Amino acid sequence: MTDTDRVRHRDTKTAFYLFTQQKLPACKPVLTPAWVITIFLFTGFIFIPLGLVTLRASRSVIEIVERYDTECVPEPFRIDKVSYIQDDSIPKNCSLFLKVHKYMKAPIYIYYQLDNYYQNHRRYVKSRSDQQLLNGQKYQATSSCQPVEFNNARPIVPCGLIAWSLFNDTFTFIRERAELKVNRKNIAWKSDRDHKFGKNVYPSNFQNGTLIGGGKLNPRIPLSDQEDLIVWMRTSALPSFRKLYGRIEEDLDADDVVLVQLMNNYNTYSFGGKKKLVLSTSSWLGGKNDFFGLACVFVGSSSLILAIVFMLLHLKFQRPYGDKTCLPWNRKSLSG
Amino acid sequence: MKRFVYINDDESSQELYCDNRISNRKYTVLNFLPKNLWEQFSRFMNQYFLLIACLQLWSLITPVNPASTWGPLIFIFAVSASKEAWDDYNRYLSDKKANEKHIWVVRQGIRKHIQAQDIHVGNIVWLRENDEVPCDLVLIGTSDTQGLCYVETAALDGETDLKTRVIPSACMGMDFELLHKIKGVIECPNPDKDIRRFDANLRLFPPFIDNDLCPLTIKNTLLQSCYLRNTEWACGVAVYTGNETKLGMSRGIPEPKLTAMDAMIDKLTGAIFVFQIVVVMVLGIAGNVWKDTEARKQWYVLYPIEGPWYELLVIPLRFELLCSIMIPISIKVSLDLVKSLYAKFIDWDSEMIDQDTGIPSHATNTAISEDLGQVEYILTDKTGTLTENRMIFRRCCISGIFYGNESGDALKDVKLLNAVAGSSPDVVRFLTVMAICNTVIPIKSKTGAILYKAQSQDEDALVNAAARLHMVYVNKNANILEIRFNGSVIQYEVLETLEFTSDRKRMSVVVKDCQNGKIVLLSKGADEAILPYAYAGQQTRALVEAVEQYAQLGLRTLCLAWRELKEDEYQEWSLMFKEASSTLVDREWRIAEVCQRLEHDFEVLGVTAIEDRLQDGVPETIETLRKAGINFWMLTGDKQNTAIQIALSCNFISPEPKGQLLLIDGKTEGEVCRSLERVLLTMRITSSEPKDVAFVVDGWALEIALKHYRKAFTELAILSRTAICCRVTPSQKAQLVELLKSCDYRTLAIGDGGNDVRMIQQADIGVGISGREGLQAARAADYSIGKFRFLKRLILVHGRYSYNRTAFLSQYSFYKSLVICFIQIFFSFISGVSGTSLFNSVSLMAYNVFYTSVPVLVSVLDKDLSEGTVMQHPQILVYCQAGRLLNPSTFAGWFGRSLFHAIVVFVITIHAYAFEKSEMEELSMVALSGCIWLQAFVVALETNS
Repeated sequence: MTDTDRVRHRDTKTAFYLFTQQKLPACKPVLTPAWVITIFLFTGFIFIPLGLVTLRASRSVIEIVERYDTECVPEPFRIDKVSYIQDDSIPKNCSLFLKVHKYMKAPIYIYYQLDNYYQNHRRYVKSRSDQQLLNGQKYQATSSCQPVEFNNARPIVPCGLIAWSLFNDTFTFIRERAELKVNRKNIAWKSDRDHKFGKNVYPSNFQNGTLIGGGKLNPRIPLSDQEDLIVWMRTSALPSFRKLYGRIEEDLDADDVVLVQLMNNYNTYSFGGKKKLVLSTSSWLGGKNDFFGLACVFVGSSSLILAIVFMLLHLKFQRPYGDKTCLPWNRKSLSG
Repeated sequence: MKRFVYINDDESSQELYCDNRISNRKYTVLNFLPKNLWEQFSRFMNQYFLLIACLQLWSLITPVNPASTWGPLIFIFAVSASKEAWDDYNRYLSDKKANEKHIWVVRQGIRKHIQAQDIHVGNIVWLRENDEVPCDLVLIGTSDTQGLCYVETAALDGETDLKTRVIPSACMGMDFELLHKIKGVIECPNPDKDIRRFDANLRLFPPFIDNDLCPLTIKNTLLQSCYLRNTEWACGVAVYTGNETKLGMSRGIPEPKLTAMDAMIDKLTGAIFVFQIVVVMVLGIAGNVWKDTEARKQWYVLYPIEGPWYELLVIPLRFELLCSIMIPISIKVSLDLVKSLYAKFIDWDSEMIDQDTGIPSHATNTAISEDLGQVEYILTDKTGTLTENRMIFRRCCISGIFYGNESGDALKDVKLLNAVAGSSPDVVRFLTVMAICNTVIPIKSKTGAILYKAQSQDEDALVNAAARLHMVYVNKNANILEIRFNGSVIQYEVLETLEFTSDRKRMSVVVKDCQNGKIVLLSKGADEAILPYAYAGQQTRALVEAVEQYAQLGLRTLCLAWRELKEDEYQEWSLMFKEASSTLVDREWRIAEVCQRLEHDFEVLGVTAIEDRLQDGVPETIETLRKAGINFWMLTGDKQNTAIQIALSCNFISPEPKGQLLLIDGKTEGEVCRSLERVLLTMRITSSEPKDVAFVVDGWALEIALKHYRKAFTELAILSRTAICCRVTPSQKAQLVELLKSCDYRTLAIGDGGNDVRMIQQADIGVGISGREGLQAARAADYSIGKFRFLKRLILVHGRYSYNRTAFLSQYSFYKSLVICFIQIFFSFISGVSGTSLFNSVSLMAYNVFYTSVPVLVSVLDKDLSEGTVMQHPQILVYCQAGRLLNPSTFAGWFGRSLFHAIVVFVITIHAYAFEKSEMEELSMVALSGCIWLQAFVVALETNS
């Protein structure tokens, strides 16, 4: 008997024994009014400054957005834009003038923006073969690439709808007769270049078939260096998206006028998609996006308001902590 | 309907009946996979998951890798299959051990050592002391010259006392050699599971005794799994073997009990399923419309002009798969896991260990802990459950003189001691009945003290009390009893034992005084089974008063009676008794009828009063649980007065001014009907007053009420918070449970004896007290506890916590799946309603299995209130009882929460990446981590400690 007692006594100290008795030490924070008000006040005081800082960073970004899909179709063709864009015999070059409102510090990022373009469509998003992008012709199981899989019974490299529909408008930027230096390197993820797209994979039979989609690729450059393709292959989750085209590595001054000469090749007319050209500087938070800052300010201020409301309620309807008369069964017996 | 067993016939019966191979296995190696899969797929949830998994194999429609469903599905199936397989393997091992045990069996007249599984019906099996009986045997020989042997039947009925078994009269006196050659036939019924009946006949073939039929009863058998004790050897004829033994037949897998919570979860799952179908149909139609109006224009999607015939189905099916995670596959695994933990907590609880015996509480059924928190009715047995079932002889009334009234203990009453010393004839006869009218076996221990092995606690109390009063039951040698009274030894020969049955409510022995050859009938039994049969002219008023007085004090009463028999009367009756004992059909009824012919014209000697103390903490427990809103019904076989006294003393009912007792009685239909209506009327009136109203009903009235006035009685049952049902049979107990269950109440039945087993099995939750009446109830029960007072902790602590935890866990499981699913649905609106999955397979799987299912398991330790608080305010249990933590409205709350959270996560995600770099994988990771953080936050917020 004494032995078992001793064993039991020793056992009471082990964590496992406490676990079996459901008596592991636990803390039990009680959400008293004071705590709740404090937490809400604290949240408010954290989030409002955070939101303001973010908002400021976002506002410091200077953006020039220019829609060009309609302007770049010559007046006579505007009735039937689709046949214009599909007619190869008509030259597609076009000029835009961009006016710089504020001083823009290099690097200035050049994006093209597509609206109403569903890169996230199920048929589209699956139609690629990551293995083939890395290994080229050696990799044969490209069934996921349907319906753009074979050309003359050989798998197309790179296969699939995404690659097939590569964006192929091009832009050159001229300021006061001098061409701006545009860096088109390093616009894709380094990991994509190094590990996802093969260094020895050449797009030898790309866009050779009967169905021509978007842009073509230089068959002598390996996929890992085709950065436009790599950028394009990172499909967008939203139906309107921007993709990086390059970087202008010169500052632009206020009131500068930039002439953009572009080749308007890409067909967005059949589905009414918009094309835009975007020049944007960046802040420490990236591009222009007010949402985050506004959301923080909203959360912070609503916390503050709640805290004040709770405080008023608490002052008006105070009751002692742990008042037993408030238990439902006690209340019931009082009333009835 | 009958089987004929030819003793020692090596050829004839071999083919007819199965061999003694025991098999408890559910599966064999070959049928394991199909059978187990079939069983698992008979559940709706599993069928659903299988359908989803199969649809996912069609690569055209699957939004994610099929592995994300197949993986968990196979895992779940593998877990439950391997659990089954492991259990079955263990069963196989124990079967194998039993089957390969070596047993001595007679073959071709020679004793051989063979494996237990090779025993055939008709074989003669030899056993040594402490051997386990390998199959059901009819005893034909023992080492004892009187043909007796002792067995322990604990494995069969849980009773630990030794029982005597006797060889049939036809085999009496056979020697060792003869037993090897014996031939004959046993005519016995087909195998059944009744371990208290064996109505058979034995006829030995010449040259062994004439063609006389010799009746066999259960007393002549050795049943499988019993142990031979105190006997050097015994041998018997195998009559039932293998799985056809009484034990084998009574084995069976009890139907799984479904908790109210499981039912609710199933219902909610069904609702979610309907919701899912609606979503799928809406999105499917939207998707098809969008495809035809918009997607065809989008050249980069390259939709074929003419699709295959099933084209219209593709998008809805895709959405079906996308939404399939709405019903979380992990919920079953998580719930099973936490449920077995709840059960373990009950097993481990050191506060529910019976200090006297050191037996911990045990949860046999691991799946129904939540139900404990939702109990609304407790139906309790009295003897051994509320009371200790430790009987102490307290008072007696002999020939109208009360003993023990002053001191409260008759054994210390000087008057009685003087009467004993003076050998007053009435007192001596009274003590003789106390000492020998029973089935007790005295065993001399090595020190010389006499220990009594009794089957009933009452008999034990009486024999011990008689011994204290110098009437010592010393020895039982075959049919000769020896008692020592005041120094002189008296011998009696037992001629017949008329055993106790709950219908006759009395037992008698016919003994012959060895000195003067007088034959006497000694009887003891309940007052209504003895007093009406007193000889004409005996004044029984004093006795009736005594019975009432004792019952008022909550004592158990027994009347003792005696009658001298004439030699020829006995002989005549004895023949009838023999005949009745050898009938195969309705033997019990025939015997009762024959006994009735002897048991009349009693000279009633007196009344004994035995105290059965209340267990510790019973009143407090009942009070606490009643405060918690649980209604108590007491179902007892005892008489009304005793039951009411016990009920009063344990707070079951309140005494007069506050409480009110309403009696339902009557012998005829009309009387019962009238009294029932009266009670019902009173009950309706008083139901608004704060008064404790209870009704009392006895077995007879109950039977009429249940048969003819079921509706009225049901209404009464609903109105009344307390009821006492006395003189009820085991099947009536079960009927009452069923009645309450049919009114949609959660019932808990608690009991300790074999007569409570049916009620325990019938109730939603059966609790057995591992008490002195054996383990039968504890075995049949879902929970076994040592003492009644542990019930408080079982319900208020374990039941309540389990309910709260499961309520949280199950709703949380749906919530977290819904969040992810809603995000997928929202995403489909910005991805052209084409059924793109925002999340990839790995993240979905990790989210469901790893990120969300594991952290929430901490909730098995969650306590919303401390144990002490719950015990102080048991009213809090009403939240569990009424199911306030898991019902459609709380679920709607969680549903709304998941919708809100999904909107927040989605809006933040798509706006945080507005325009630039809104790349699929990045977006999905942001959304996923948003969800994971939110889940963790919700778990932290909902965890109370």
